[in-house]
Formats: sequence, structure tokens, C-alpha cells
Amino acid sequence: MQMVIEVRGLRKMYGSMVAVDDVSFDVAAGEIFGLLGPNGAGKTTTVECLQGLRHADGGQMRVLGLDPWTQRASLRRRIGSQLQESALPDRLKVWEALDLFATAPLSRVKREQLLEQWGLADKRNTSFANLSGGQRQRLFVALALVNQPEIVFLDEMTTGLDPAARRATWDLIEAIGKRGTTVVLVSHFMDEVERLCQRVAVVNHGRIVAMDTPARLVEQRSQQTRVLFTWDGEVLPRLEAVPHVYSVRQQGSQIEVEGDGPVLQHVASALLQQGIEPADLRVERPTLEEVFLQIVGKPEEEQ
Amino acid sequence: MRALIKTTWVELKLFTREPLTVLFTFAIPFVVLFVLGSVFGNRPADPHVYRGFGILNYYVPAYVALVVAAIGLIALPVHLAAYRERGVLRRFRASTIPVWSVLGGQVAATFLIGVLASLILVLVAFAVYHTRSPQSLVEVLAAFILGAIMFAMIGLFLGLALPTARTAQGAGVLLWFVMMQISGPGAPFEVLPTALVRVSDATPLKHLVFLMQDPWFGLGWNISEMFIVGAFLVGAALLVAFFARRG
Repeated sequence: MQMVIEVRGLRKMYGSMVAVDDVSFDVAAGEIFGLLGPNGAGKTTTVECLQGLRHADGGQMRVLGLDPWTQRASLRRRIGSQLQESALPDRLKVWEALDLFATAPLSRVKREQLLEQWGLADKRNTSFANLSGGQRQRLFVALALVNQPEIVFLDEMTTGLDPAARRATWDLIEAIGKRGTTVVLVSHFMDEVERLCQRVAVVNHGRIVAMDTPARLVEQRSQQTRVLFTWDGEVLPRLEAVPHVYSVRQQGSQIEVEGDGPVLQHVASALLQQGIEPADLRVERPTLEEVFLQIVGKPEEEQ
Repeated sequence: MRALIKTTWVELKLFTREPLTVLFTFAIPFVVLFVLGSVFGNRPADPHVYRGFGILNYYVPAYVALVVAAIGLIALPVHLAAYRERGVLRRFRASTIPVWSVLGGQVAATFLIGVLASLILVLVAFAVYHTRSPQSLVEVLAAFILGAIMFAMIGLFLGLALPTARTAQGAGVLLWFVMMQISGPGAPFEVLPTALVRVSDATPLKHLVFLMQDPWFGLGWNISEMFIVGAFLVGAALLVAFFARRG
């Protein structure tokens, strides 16, 4: 697989504070890659170094085969950016922004197409200050894509958006991925990363602490699986002898079995042998959110 | 080059959409001109003040310099600091639009606005109060361009060095107001206490006023003032280079 981003031992200090410490990862062409981590983990600094917006203090980086710092002018022409906490001049109109950001002259037809595509057609003459949060994000995506980049960096796109606008933005990101554009997505929302990214690196205190597909991240760290069902009657002693079961708890008719691996299959089979057929037999696995908190530590555990 | 033309055009459009800035740039010099004109007219003054020129004759080049100073000390720094504060500059930096063309577009746009405002001021003063037209138009234009570039550099420096649009506005208005009072467009130098004259010597506006007035009244090109204005220009440009690299 062709790698469009290669990072080895990236390091960045702000004064004496280490923001990014020995970060290494690769992103393949066409991939949607997520950088997930709590605020201040070093995600934004990492992508800013990759875009040539900050000079790294150490490590090697290649983006589209270019050095992001010394060759940043050539790199800019081939990437698109959505920056955290950035803005346009208040009185700049939507169509003017598109014109301004287009490297090659933008034909009227092409411009209308872009406006249509990102749902901004009826906002073409609205100034930036009068756009809603969701409309601003759509405009930023349109600007990031106006020069048909090979990689798009999206930094906290959905922070501050209402749930409907967030979902609409996810659709946009999926649409970008479907065109074959590589996407690097920075986020602190698990649901977002779980839904959109093929691979995710979990960043904490400037280091990558885990990296895999969202599903495998959950799988690897979920030693515990919970099997739940409702049954009126005594099941406890028999279930505890079942393989892969650690513990059984019963509260009234609610029964909770904790175990690992194929615990569900064994419990179901043992229940059947006893003629117990609960209607609501279900399994609960940790979500990416629980895995994330397990990896980076819960907020109250932070120093 | 295409990038610069684009940013200049956009900045001009943005300027016209800020009613308050438009009002200040175009209206304030007129208000002062009309107040003075209706009080004194353009009669020849006491030869001991106003360098011996007619009052309005004296003030017209000084006001042109004041317009240039207003753009450099207020309009440009506030605009640029707001860009930095709100992340507009970051947004441009991450795009294919080079930062120099954003700064250049702001300078070019404010320069064109300065030309327009000055032209209107001079023509109105000429039509209404029959002020003297420049003796050497070429030298006056040269002084104007040199002064505009100098104040543009000072404006970029302030806009890059000051942390927020609010501080830029405070500092800019204060500097502009002090210079307006003591550097030529206010009280004549002849009546200023020596200490204030010394202070005004340290202001760029005073030297621009002299650089504009001398060829205007046929006193020839003022070489020493040219060097002083040039020194302010180079100093500010070095500071701009330093802060642009840092920021």
C-alpha cells in the first residue's frame, strides 16, 4: 500500500513543555485516519507540523514525499486544511472566499457546482459573520477541497456543532473519503472516530498510546464481556462452572455474567441444556469511549 | 502577482463594507478642514507662525500626511491584529495564499484608499478655499509615496506586534492623536514649548509633514527629512520582518 504520510519520532517542544514526544505513524493513500485524544494531548501540534505550520524539533516526516517544513509551499498546493479556531474576515462573502482560496481561476460553473455540493448555494452572498456554525464548517470543507487536494486535514470539525449539524458534517467527511482523498481527522469524540475512521491513533500526553482500527482497539482491550438476561429462578451455581465465566451476579430477576472470549456461546449453551431460554439474552461489550477512558485515564485521575 | 491582485481587491471590498472606517478615513480630515477654514479662512498668517504660510495652505499638506498616518497607525494595525487574533491569518497561512500577499494586499488597499482620501481633500481645499497647488507635483508625489510606505510598515509592525485588535486600536488612536497635536497638523511648531518640539522630532509624522510641505511650497526636496523618513521606513520594515517570522 502506498503511504502518503510517514512520521518517525516526531518531537515538538513549547519552551520546556513537551507537546509531542516521539510520535510515529503512517497513513495510506485513500485512508481516513483519526487522531484521537483529550484536549492538549498534542494532536493539533502533530497535524500542524505535518502541514508545515510549525517547525518540528525532531524526527522525520514525509507528506506526499515532501518535507513539510522546507517544501511547505509545494505541499500547500497539494493538501487542504480545516484548522481549529480559525476564521475568515467577517465581511467576506461565501463566493468571494471560494474565489480567493482557489489557486487556479475558478469558473462560474465550477463555483456554482461547489456551492451546490456543500449546500451553500442560497448562502453565496452571505458574509462569513452571518453564517451559522454548521454553514461555516461546510464552507471550510469546501475551501479545503477547492484545489482538489490529495490529503485533507480536518481538525475538530464538529466541536460546537449541534447533533444534526455534526451528523451532516460526518456525511461530508464520508463523501470526501469516497472520492479517494486521504483524510486525517483530529477529534476528541469517540463516536465520530468510530464511525468515520479506518484506523485511529490514540494520543495522550504527546505520545501515541494505541493505534489500530476502532473495532480492534475495542476488541484487544475488552477482556471483560458482560452477558445479561432476565430469569426468574435459580441459575447461579450451575453457571459459575461454565468455561470463560469469571463471575455471576443476580439482582432479582436480572442476571449479569462476566467473562471473556466466547463466554456468550458457553453461557447460552449451558442455559439451553438446563431448558432456560431467556428472551432477552444479550451481550455488552465496552464501547470505544470506555476503551478510550481506560487508555488515557479518566479525567478525575489526571493530576 | 495574481495572489497579490486578488488579496488587494478583496481587501478594498472589505474596507468599503466597514462603514465606521470609511467614515473616519474620509470624514475626519474634512471636519477639521472646514472648522479651520470657517474660523481663519486662508488668509496669510502672522509670519512668525505656520512657517510663514497661509493657514490653510500650511494645513493641506499636513492633513494629507495625517490621512496617511491614520491609515498606518489605526486602520492597518487594527485590521491586521484582528486577523491574527481571530485566526484569519492562520487560515491563510495554511492555504495556498502566501502570507506576504495577504500583508501586501492590506498595504496596497490602504495605500489606494489613502490616495483617494488625500486627492478628495486636496481638491476640496483647492476649490473651496483656493489653497495653493503643489509647486513640484512630482516631488510631492514622491514624498507621499515614501510617507505612505513608511506608515504602512509602521502599521504592519503594530498589527503584528500587538496582541489583540483592542490593544492595536488603543495604541494606534493614542499615537495618532498625540502626533496630530504636536507633529504639524495641530498647533504650529512656533508656539509649541521646546520640550514638545523635541518630542515631535521623534515622531515620524513631523518629518513627513516637512517632506510634503517643502516641495509643495517650492522650497525644494528636503534631503535630510527624506533620510529621516527613510530611516523610520527601514527600521519599521526590519521589525515587520522580525515579527512576521516570529508570528
